[in-house]
Amino acid sequence: MNQKVLTSAVFAGVAAGLIAALLQFVFVIPALLEGELFETGARIHFGANGSPESERGAPGLGGEWGRHLMTVGFNIVTYVGFGFLLLAAMVFAELRGLTKITARQGLIWGLAGFIAIQLAPAFGLPPELPGTPAAEIGPRQMWWLGTLVASALGLWVIAFGRGVIALSGVVLLLAPHLIGAPHLDTYWGVSPPELSAEFATLSLGTAAAGWTILGFLLSWFWTRD
Amino acid sequence: MNTATTQTRADVSLLPIAFAALAGLMLLFASGYAQASVLHDAAHDQRHAMAFPCH
Repeated sequence: MNQKVLTSAVFAGVAAGLIAALLQFVFVIPALLEGELFETGARIHFGANGSPESERGAPGLGGEWGRHLMTVGFNIVTYVGFGFLLLAAMVFAELRGLTKITARQGLIWGLAGFIAIQLAPAFGLPPELPGTPAAEIGPRQMWWLGTLVASALGLWVIAFGRGVIALSGVVLLLAPHLIGAPHLDTYWGVSPPELSAEFATLSLGTAAAGWTILGFLLSWFWTRD
Repeated sequence: MNTATTQTRADVSLLPIAFAALAGLMLLFASGYAQASVLHDAAHDQRHAMAFPCH
């Protein structure tokens, strides 16, 4: 593999993964751990006394350092993976003379990656707070994968396609959502809906930051001599 | 500057791009998709936080 592809993707991926993990520990993981209190029954929303009120507040990170270390580790794996894929697309576009990679362009690539890989799938399958059951994992993973592939292709076609071809990108972006993501027939989440909504937006916002940083760093490392 | 740019372009062919894409897919399969329970448990929080379908 070309040395520069490797080093740019790994350096940018590790840095973006570490920053994303830090943001997650400040904003996302506390909500996730709070959701787990309801998932495990340590806290009960609409409890036995019939009160719709339940205590609010995250339990703190606790002493599970192995678990949290894994979260940091897998964030790095994920962002290095994103880095390889995004850089492959960027370098391919540059090689074909479609664009020139600059640090500022990198921000746009990162945002496009966020839209294709995070926002578009989340439009149908919102980030899952523990204690909010979802449909079978198999069909959800298939829809998720199909959606991110269609969305990435769609954005590519809109950005680089000419004339009517560019319009077909809109079809690719819309199609998964018109087909619809797999959902349960009933609601039976045990976590508070307010917490679930917060978790979804916190998760997406954090991913937006991670992807933008990734796109910027990829192009920054790539354009350095 | 110009020479450097030209050189960079010449260095990169489609093969490293394909390898990079493949490497990315393999990493993401492990961190976001594989359902083997060891991987799933270790990646659990990160999958939830990244909005990957988890379980």
